[in-house]
Formats: sequence, structure tokens, C-alpha cells
Amino acid sequence: MSRYEIRIGGFGGQGVVTMAVVLGETLSLIEKKFVVQTQSYGPEARGGASKSEIVVGDVEIDYPKVMEPDVFIALSRAAYLAYIKGLKENGVLIIDEDLVEIEGDLPNGVKVYKIPATRIAEQEVGSKQATNVVMLGVLCAITKIVTNEGLVQRIEERWPRFKESNLKALELGLKAGEAALAGQ
Amino acid sequence: MTTTPPILKHPMLKYIREDRMPAIYCPGCSIGIVTQMIARAIDNLGLDFSKVVIVSGIGCTGRTSGYFKTGTIHTTHGRAVAFAEGVKVANPELEVIVVSGDGDIAAIGGNHLIHACRRNIDLTIVCINNNIYGMTGGQFGPTTEHGRFSQTSPRPIGNPEYPFNLVQLAASSGATFVARWTATQARRATASIEKGIAKKGLSFIEVVGACPTAFGRMNRLGDGLDMHRHFLKVAEIQNGLPPHEAEFDYDRRIVCGEFVNIEKDEYTAVLKQMQEKLRK
Amino acid sequence: MPERIMFTMGDIASAEGALSAGCKYFGGYPITPATEIAEWMALRMPEVGGSFVQYEDEIASITSVIGASWTGVKSMTATSGPGVSLMLEAIGLAVMTETPLVLVNIMRGGPSTGQPTRGQQGDVMQAKWGSHGDYQIIALTPASVQEMFDQTVQAFNLSERYRVPVFVLADETVGHMRERLVIPDEKDLKIEYRKLATGDPADFLPFKPDDDLIPPMALLGSKYQFYATGLTHDYRGYPTDKEDVQLELVARLNNKILHNADKIIDLERFMLDDAEIAVVAYGTPSRSARKAIKEAREAGIKAGMLRLKTVWPFPEDALADLASEVKHIIVAEQNFGQVYYMVKAAAAPTPIHLMAKPAGMPQLPHEILDKIREIDSL
Repeated sequence: MSRYEIRIGGFGGQGVVTMAVVLGETLSLIEKKFVVQTQSYGPEARGGASKSEIVVGDVEIDYPKVMEPDVFIALSRAAYLAYIKGLKENGVLIIDEDLVEIEGDLPNGVKVYKIPATRIAEQEVGSKQATNVVMLGVLCAITKIVTNEGLVQRIEERWPRFKESNLKALELGLKAGEAALAGQ
Repeated sequence: MTTTPPILKHPMLKYIREDRMPAIYCPGCSIGIVTQMIARAIDNLGLDFSKVVIVSGIGCTGRTSGYFKTGTIHTTHGRAVAFAEGVKVANPELEVIVVSGDGDIAAIGGNHLIHACRRNIDLTIVCINNNIYGMTGGQFGPTTEHGRFSQTSPRPIGNPEYPFNLVQLAASSGATFVARWTATQARRATASIEKGIAKKGLSFIEVVGACPTAFGRMNRLGDGLDMHRHFLKVAEIQNGLPPHEAEFDYDRRIVCGEFVNIEKDEYTAVLKQMQEKLRK
Repeated sequence: MPERIMFTMGDIASAEGALSAGCKYFGGYPITPATEIAEWMALRMPEVGGSFVQYEDEIASITSVIGASWTGVKSMTATSGPGVSLMLEAIGLAVMTETPLVLVNIMRGGPSTGQPTRGQQGDVMQAKWGSHGDYQIIALTPASVQEMFDQTVQAFNLSERYRVPVFVLADETVGHMRERLVIPDEKDLKIEYRKLATGDPADFLPFKPDDDLIPPMALLGSKYQFYATGLTHDYRGYPTDKEDVQLELVARLNNKILHNADKIIDLERFMLDDAEIAVVAYGTPSRSARKAIKEAREAGIKAGMLRLKTVWPFPEDALADLASEVKHIIVAEQNFGQVYYMVKAAAAPTPIHLMAKPAGMPQLPHEILDKIREIDSL
């Protein structure tokens, strides 16, 4: 794998940056991949559409930003509309089905996965704040870009006090991702 | 047989770079008097002079640091206080004294002055207020009274602005020791500088001085001697007066004294506590 | 401290580099996109027994850094273009008083307030020519999180060695991106410290240079008394308006850097050995160029890159050599052309092509590839 690009979009407060950082930490520190993580800043990151990105590879990453994402995870309509452009042909689109609808034409061959991530976080984990970790589980199941073991290890290291709820969110996300994959 | 009479040396010369004498100041200027006050205060306190740092900015008073025989720095215009803060934070063992003119410290450097007061960092600031920008030839400054004449407020125009009262400015900004004297109260001013140095916190001592060359000439106040005589006449000592009542009316009444002497946590001591709390 | 590995952003890597270099004083003021450095230092400085002060503005920040450095403490500030604009007068004071300090500039869009959250490389000329008068500074241009660490350590070493302000000039992308950072075991790091005054205080001349053109430094609070001033000064540090003193001082302030340029300049040659087209780039655009060059090579075009890790002192000799090796030089920088003019002066008459982009996104790899193809077809 020379270069694989992931884009995550949502509104401020959904944890899109944390999601990319945890993913980056896992890929870089545990799975020993080459990783660059970038994100939007400023007023853009506070409300409206906010995004964070990961480029991962087995060789050193030259250009650090996402150009044509292999995966786009959309957690809000504004982010979907702002960042859908550029999604690679035959790429993967993961949306929170309660917050985003497919609008406009998608590039050829894009596979769409609809996951009620926020609902899962709120109703089954007990906190909307866990949405981003649910989505990490979904991403892991659908793309296999990161291992579940790696994410579990990183979550345990990073949030020792909130380990349980986050591991539960990850597990639920993984299951939802697997179900969505089976349904394709 | 004849004997050469011993050459008498000024007792404060031990603190001064003799090879830089004579100083640049005009006849009748007060800066030399205040320089001696600072030397005497250091001497009276018995400080290890090598641990004293003297910082100044630009202008006539800005040259003062260069005459002291210790670690001395001549910074950019208005920035003596900021420079001194860096020195004090990096090495709190040093006794840091800022000598600054009124234009340097209250106009271009006014922001640093008020924020240093707010932090209550252990500096001693001696401000020689001669009511004018002297070095550049006599333009009105932040302490020049309304209507006074200067090169940028020439006759018949007069200064369109109103002055800062430096005692009120320093006190309301948070300084924990604030005093004002004129250059003619040499002993009292020296004692206040001593107290300011000894105080753990920000001390601000204003010394009202004469600039016969610029302020005196343009406002027809006579020569240096006349101006100093005038200070003796209008200085009114009111120790302990609330700082907002410390009036400065050049012609009629310059209220002098020590107006603030309060206790408050000193900035570098607070930083040290944080280091002790977090040190790994 | 043993080796540590983090996944972190360039700003934080720079702060950690400073701490590894022995920095114990940070004076700063919040500004996007450099604020993360101050935030990191606010917590880390007390941990290492150092001090973090948030000042009322950038002028106080840099001036306090000069003051702190004169006590012998390694000191720094971090800011962005508008902050550097405010600091320029004090940078002149640091040059004139030969004060070691490090200034990290995370470059954002300009002019004026510009685009605070977007990267640019518009401050290259400002770093060199911003303060008045004739002088030299050193400016390093990292392109990765690891280099933010490594080159900040190097910035401290150079500032201590040459008694000069050293800039770390990083574009916002490098400052804000996260990558893997390896902080080496402290015993594997080469850390330099300024040459200090020795000998009898009575004979000490604070601004008399040694043969290497650098005067040993006396510290505040030491047994040496001295006067340091921004005025033109003689070996004693005393102000003078004599012409010969001014000429000697200005020449020395310049030459202590220029005569050591070969020891300061750090360059990376990438696929240049048989190249016919060379891209000159630094910071984020150099990462675009690397991708473009790999793709150009796959297409059979002999392209390469000279990556500048130092922009000041400018590597004139290396550019002159490059000009004799290749047929065309492309300068790709995230501004309207700054290093370009230096390359032009050094590498004439080889054709120099500017790819200017004074905007938040750097030249994209395919844009540089297109330019390489266009020039290859000439």
C-alpha cells in the first residue's frame, strides 16, 4: 500500500479531529505505518463543516494532504456537501444515515454504507460523544485499514478512565460495519 | 617640601564607569541627580553590585544604564520593562532596576508598564519625568500638561492633549509600591528607591526632573537652577495619600510621597511555586 | 531522558525540540497557527524547571527573550507573520547585541491578517530583511514533524554558536500536521552552548571578537560588568559614532555568518545526479515536488529536487553548482516569488521558472508534474 487517503467530515463538536488523531496514533505508533494527519482550523472548525484527514502508507508520505480520498466518512450534511468532491472512483462512502442523505451524483463505483452512528452512540453507549469511536469501529470493519486490536490498545492507553464506554462504542461500530458490509 | 593634596573621589564613583564621564546630560538636567540617588540606594542597602542589573530604554534617561559599572543594557525605545521582565523571570536572584524617561515608559512603552504592574513582577522602576521628549529636541509627551509648548505643540498652539498622572497609572495598574518625588527631595527619593528595591513586587518611583534645554526653554521656566527651585516651592509632601489624590500641577502643586505600599503575591515567586508543583 | 515516540503536530515537535536543546524560557503571545507551541510550553516549562510567560504583545515577548538570554538561559518565542512584523525592531537589537535566541515562525497567509489558518511561505524575505540596517540571521525550513524537532534543536545550536537570532520558518501545514516523532535519548543529541567570557574582569572587552569573529559572552549577574546597547559600539560596548567602528562592526555581524555559511547550510539532493530539470523547494511544497518527481521519473523525465533546509544564509554556491548541472530550474514556493529571486541571482543564466502560489494550499503534486512536463517538452 503506497498511499491510502481517509477524509472525515462533520460539524464542530462531533469529534472528527479526535477520530482522525486516534486513528493516526494507532496506525503510526502501534501498526508502524507512515501516517500524516491534517485538519481544518479556525472558524471553519468551530461550526459549519469541519474536516480531518489521514494519509497512510507503507512508505514515507510525500504530499501530506488528502487529494482523492479512498474513504469519506460524512457525519453532517454540510460536510457531505462541502467535501464529497474528489472522492475516488470505486471509493468508499460512509454516512451517518440519520444526518446525511446522498445528494447529487457520486463518482463511478462508489460503495455507500449507511450507519446510524450517532443513534448507536446515544442509545446503546449512552453518550452522543461516542459517535466518533463508533465510526472508528465501522471504518475498521469496512476498510480493514486498521486492526481492531490496534484500536483497542490505543483506546485503553488514551482513555484509561473512559475505557469501558469507548471499547463498547468500538465494538458496536465494528458490528454495525460488519452488518453493513454483509448487506452490500 | 610640598605634598600633593589627595584627590577627593566621589563616594558613589565606585558604581560608575569613570571612563564614560562626563555624561551626556545638559547643564541643569536632573538625570545626574537621580543617577546618584540610585547609586546611594544600592549603597545603603549593601547590595552585591554584580547581582544588580540596570536596564533602560531610549532617550536621555535611557542613557543612564550605561554609566553604571555592572550588567547594564540599553534596549530599544519603550522596551526596558519587557527586557527587565525576561531577565527577572530567567534569573530571579538578580536585582533588576529599570531607569526610564516618561516618554519611553508611558507612551511607546506604556503597555509594558501597565502589564508589568498587573503581573506584580519584582522590578524597581525609576521614572524620571521631565515632561518632554528631551533627546529628540523637545516634543510633547504623555506627561506634558495641556497647553504646554513644545516643538510639536509650538506657540501659539500648545499641547492639545492631557497628561497621564503616572502615580495614578501605576497604582491603578497594580503596582505594590508607588512613590513620587521631585529631584530636589534627594534623601526622601533615595529612601523610596531603597524601599522599592527591597520590596518583593513591582515598585514604581517617579522622580520629577528638570529639562531646562527643552521643556524649560519652550515654556519660559528659566534655567536648571530656577526649575529646581520651583520644585522646592511646589512640592507638597503627603505620604500615604490615596494615589488618586496625588495631584500633579506643574505650576502650583506637585504632590509627593509614598502612596502605595501593599502586599501581593510576586510573579516570579508564583512561577516558582508552579515549577515546584509540576517539576518532574 | 530516554527515547520517546509520539504521534504529534509540528508545533509541538518544535516545542519539544526546544526543550531537548535546553530551552528554559519561553515568552510569547497567542497567534494562529503558532499558539500550540505556547500552549505546550505553558505546561512543559514548569515541568523542566523553566518559565513560560504570556506577554501583552509580541514586542514584549521577543524583548523579554533577549533579556532572558543575557542571563545565560536558552530562550525562545514562537509566532506567525503579524507577530514577526511587531518583533522586527527587537530582532535588530538581538542582532546588534549578538544575543542567542530562537524564533519559530509558523507562516500563515498574508499580507496583513491574511488567512490565519492557512499556510504560506510569505515571510522568507521578512526574516532576512525585516529589521532595518544590514545584518545576517539564520533561517531553517523544516518540511516534516520530525524536522520541526530536529531543526529546532539545530536552531538553538546555531544561535548559541554564532550569537545570532535563528528563525525556524515553517509553513502552517508543517506546523499543524501530525506525524510520528522520535525524540532521541538525550545523550544522543549534540547540544551546544555559547562561548562564555573568561579571564580577568578588569581587562574584559565584551564585544571584542575572537578569531572566529564571535565575542565570548558575559552574562548578567556574573563577575563581568558590561554595557550592551543597540547603538553602534566599540569593543568595550560603548556607543560611538565613529565611522571605522561602524564599518568594522557591521562587517563582522555579517561575516560571522557568511564566512561560516558552509557549516550552517543544510540541503537535501533528491534524484539530482543525472537530472536535467531541478525543482528548488522547501517546506510543504517540497513534499509535493517529491511526489511529482517520482512520477516524472516513472514517465522517463530526468527530474530531481534541491530541497532547502536552510534559506538564510542563502546557499548561493549550491545553486550555482546546480545551474551548471541541469538545463532548467523550477522554483516552487508558497508565495509570489521570494527565494526565486535569490535563485535567479545565483543560478543565471540557466533558465529559472517560478511556480508561485501565495495561497493556503501548496502547489499540488500534479501541478508540479505538469510544469515539469511542460518544461521537458521545450
